[in-house]
Formats: sequence, structure tokens, C-alpha cells
Amino acid sequence: MPLRNDFDQLVDVKGGFISREIFVDADIYRQELDKVFTRAWLLVGHESLVPNPGDFYTSRMGEESVILCRDKKSEIHVFLNSCRHRGMKVCRYEQGNTSLFTCPYHSWTYTTDGKLQGVPLHRTLYDGVLDREANSLVSVAKLCNYKGSIWATWDKDAPDFITYLGDARIHLDQALDCRDGREGGSEVIGVHKWVFPANWKFAAENFLGDTYHNPSHRSVDLIGIGPSAAAGKKGRRDDELEKAQHVWISFPEGHGVHSAIQPEANEYIESFLDNPILEQYFRHCFEERKRRLGEGARLLPFVGTIFPNTSYHGRQPRGLCAWHPHSPTSTEGWRFFLVDKDAPKEAKEYLRRYYMRYSGPAGMTEQDDMENWLYATAASTGTVARRYPFNYQQSMGAYVTDHPLGGDVSTQVTEQIARGFYRRWTTYMQGGDWHELLGSPASDRQAAE
Amino acid sequence: MTTTVQDQDRQEQLTNAAIERSAAYYRLKADVEDFYYNEADLLDERRFRDWLELLSDDISYFMPIRRNVKFGQQAARENTKRGEGISWFDEDKWTLTKRVEQILTGVHYAEEPLSRITHIVSNVQIKGARPEIGAPHELDVTSRFLVYQNRVEYETYIFVGRRNDTLRLTGNGFKIARREILLEQNILLAKNLTTFF
Repeated sequence: MPLRNDFDQLVDVKGGFISREIFVDADIYRQELDKVFTRAWLLVGHESLVPNPGDFYTSRMGEESVILCRDKKSEIHVFLNSCRHRGMKVCRYEQGNTSLFTCPYHSWTYTTDGKLQGVPLHRTLYDGVLDREANSLVSVAKLCNYKGSIWATWDKDAPDFITYLGDARIHLDQALDCRDGREGGSEVIGVHKWVFPANWKFAAENFLGDTYHNPSHRSVDLIGIGPSAAAGKKGRRDDELEKAQHVWISFPEGHGVHSAIQPEANEYIESFLDNPILEQYFRHCFEERKRRLGEGARLLPFVGTIFPNTSYHGRQPRGLCAWHPHSPTSTEGWRFFLVDKDAPKEAKEYLRRYYMRYSGPAGMTEQDDMENWLYATAASTGTVARRYPFNYQQSMGAYVTDHPLGGDVSTQVTEQIARGFYRRWTTYMQGGDWHELLGSPASDRQAAE
Repeated sequence: MTTTVQDQDRQEQLTNAAIERSAAYYRLKADVEDFYYNEADLLDERRFRDWLELLSDDISYFMPIRRNVKFGQQAARENTKRGEGISWFDEDKWTLTKRVEQILTGVHYAEEPLSRITHIVSNVQIKGARPEIGAPHELDVTSRFLVYQNRVEYETYIFVGRRNDTLRLTGNGFKIARREILLEQNILLAKNLTTFF
């Protein structure tokens, strides 16, 4: 087992080198499941997947199956999907409505708030011994419904989710708030789930402001698949950020975002040449958002990763991704596609079609990402390859620490975000306390104490 | 409303029984099979633009996501639906043409170098003919597919499933007007879906 110092050697943030071992090694992977995935806040799902009492949606945390469930009193829970008796999954449906989860193995039943209810032949076999309360489904330690998105952690000592998000919060908000600036109001219109042969960190890092990988999407940019493509426009998205100042921000909790600040004038940029109804709708949303948020509307978050494995696409194609670890060299990607719940039918119809042609294993853009991650992983497993760390020296030192947005802010493409992510990953792997995991150096804490 | 498995079976039996196994049926079935084999050749020989010619301009090309649902809810809830929410594919000819153009750029790295792919089509049955089997304008055809993909060196994927097609007879031969592809997987066990089905 690597010692505390070993992780400092594997992740050399100062020099800008990170060992390939952390992307391929089975022992490091097993430690990640324990030290990262049982402590950090993880995305589980969205309230729109369980709108009514008794609704459930099976999800994952780390490698493990969990049940997101709304109980009879409408309270949301997240449980480990495993019977307390012999471990059988108590639910193998993806989604549905129930009053009880019945284990197929020995028929123990659990209520929608996780309590053990039915135990066959209880009086004869378990009377006076079995404590029902102590044999409830295993619940997460903390749960947060943040603007409809459901997050959970197994660590009872974890800070609340808002503290955990830190200054990354207003960037994530962009994925969760209505297009016209109202808070929350999103719904999931579908979920992609697929397995790809690459370490989960490749996917997480892709959304950590790795704008540098843009050339790998040349094919879609050449043919044009954006909202004005039929009108002859090339590229894969709309043009709304064409006049913006892009910013890349590394936050001390390990999160990282790529956002954009619109110029002071902040005028709407025509983007939906293929459909006048959409053009009108998105222009209306833009103006409303500007009216509601004022100066704040100039910030248009784009993509980001909330440590460790949740990524978001704030604009188009809008959604939340969970990069579930599947093995050292494979990942189960889940993408929850979002729209404003009250968006007009025409907008929802356009957006779902755009999401499908852009995103995921059938998406024209992201297919090329998966190709990169696979072969980067595959070519890093070799004995010789492992001797040579990855280079993370891009834009060393090119950031400011006094920007109003917080964190380390860069105005050029930078691996400062990735360096920040792996620095925090190292703290988790070394078993740091929550003070350190939120990004305060141990020395600060001692000074404070 | 929940449709039961029994309801679904009954519907299928009715459609099956609707067409008599006449000489006309078998002649037409042979033509359809020939059409499918030719289609498979076009795809496997990477003649993608020629393949597009087999699609009607108003084609609906659809691959739902298959979900694990409780017994009795299969018909209502197992597959995501055409025209709503998110599926693997729910496309028109414009998007399919874009996919072909993308491969032909030579820099679509998920298909560059090109995969080696073989499409096998079997279990072809004509389930409906309009207006009639003797002189049809449109056919409903079901079939099975097995698509083998080998990519670069070691990457290999096998996609197996069912297709429900509507074929239109034109002066220029059959055109695919509607295709539903039922891949027999829940979580997609492949990194990408870069091929056509």
C-alpha cells in the first residue's frame, strides 16, 4: 500500500507531473473507492426522477448500487441497494413506484423510508433477537436536494453540501437554474448510461476546463451540428460566448470550472437561425435573465467538475454527468439531461434532439472524447509507459488569486484546474481531515487553533 | 395505463396471422431479404452515401434505451419512446446525413481509422402490407441483427437485437421510411455507437 509520501511523489503539482499509476493501478483504484468515494459528496440523481410518494430510482455511488426513494411522507432518501440479511439487491428495477422493497432471496421487506418491516417466520426464528431498527437499509450519512439535484455522502463528518461546493456554486447553478434566471426549475428528460474502458478521472478532467482538447472535435466543427447548422453555420454549438472573456477557475475544494464573462453591453447573440420560435424563446430568456440578475447575468458558466466525479454542461447540451468508477480502467458514464420544466414544447423538442446528436456514446461530439480516453488509458498501462508521468505544466503560474469569483482564476486555457483537482485528490488519498479537504492547509488550522 | 405482456402478445399474433403465407408473400420476402443484404453490403463496404440513398427523405430512425421494469410493465415502460425524452437515436435524415459527413471528414477519430464491421440480418418476416400483399406500397417488416465491430486492434463489440421497419416501394426500389432498433442491452456495453443499424 502506498505510504502518505508516495502520493506526494505520484502527484507533483509544483513540477507539473502526475504519475500514470493513478490512472491504471488496481491498488490505487481500490483505495480511491474507500478514501474518495465514501467521503466526498456524490451526485445521485434529481428530484424529477421521483416526483411522487413511493417513487424510486436506482442509482450508484462509487461502484455500489443505491436507491433514491421518496417515502410515503414525500421525504427523499438514499439507501444502499442491498438486503441486510444476505446482501441481495432489494431492487433491480431502474425506476418505479412501490410501497415496499421486497428482497427476492428470503423475502425480507423494507418500507420506502428504509425500515425493515417484514421478516418471514419472525416469531419462530428471530423472536427477541432481531432488532428491526438496527437492520434498516443502510442510509447515506447526509443528503442534499440542491435545486432539484440530489447529492449524498457516506461521511457523517462531511460539511454540508453548500460549504462543500464553495465558490463553485454559482457556476453549477447555471446547469440547475431556469434559462430566464429563476432559481431551480429543471427536470431530467432522460438518462444515458454506458460503460467505457477508461479511468474515471479522464472524464472528470475533461470537464475541468480542458478546453485544450478542442481540436479532437474538429470533425463536428467542420460539418456543423449546432442550432444554426441547417442554415449553413459550422461548429457544434451556438455562438453566445463569442464576445465573452473566458475564465478557468480552480477552487480549493478540488472543483474546477470553465465559465465566461459577457462584455458590459451583454447583448443577445442570435443563435437559432434554424428555428424562429426558438430564437424568440431564447432571446426572451436572455432578456429576462438580464433583468433578474443584472450585472450577475454577465457570468455564463459553461462546463465544470464538482470534485470528484460530477460534471456539468451549463449551457448546451445542458446536463449533469456522474462518472462512476467501474474498474481501474473502466468507467460507467451516466448523463442526466436537463431542461426547464416549464419550457415550451418546441424548445424541449429541439433540445432533446440536439442533446442526442451531441452527447454520449451516440453523440457526434462526445464519441471522439471516448476514443481519446480509451487509448490514453490503454497506452498508459505498460511497464515502460508507467515510468513516464503525464505532463501538467500548461499555464504554470498564469492565474490570479484576488478575483471576485474566488479561487485561482486564469484568463487563458490552463491545467491549473487539473493541478488543483489532483492536489485535492492527494489530500483525500492521504486521509486528510475535512479542514484540509476543503482546501485549507494544515498549518492554517493549527494557527487558528 | 399499464399494458400487460398478454395484451402485447395478442397484438403480435393478430398481425402475424394477418398475412397468409402465399407465393406472393414469399416472393416479396425474398425481395426484402435481398434489399437488406444489399444494405448490409453498403454499410460494411463503407459506402455510406449510397446507404443514405436507401432512406426515405422522411425517415424516422429510432433506437430506444431499454430499461429494467417490473413484470407487466414491459409494453408501457421498458423502452424509451419515439418523439419524447432521450433515446440512443431518434433521428431524421438530416442528422443521419450529418453522421455520414462526419465519418467522411477523415478526422472523426472515433471512426478514424475506420472500424471493421459486419452486419448480419436474419429472421425476416413481413408483418403488414398496405394496401395488400399482391401490390403493396408499404410493408412492415421485422428482423434480427447481429453487428460485429472490431476497431483498431483489440476493441470488439457485438450488438444484437431486433429491427422493426416500414419499407416503402418506390420506382427506385425499397426505401426505409421507419426503423426501430431494439438493442438487447440496458446499460450500453460499448463506449460508442458509431455504426448504423
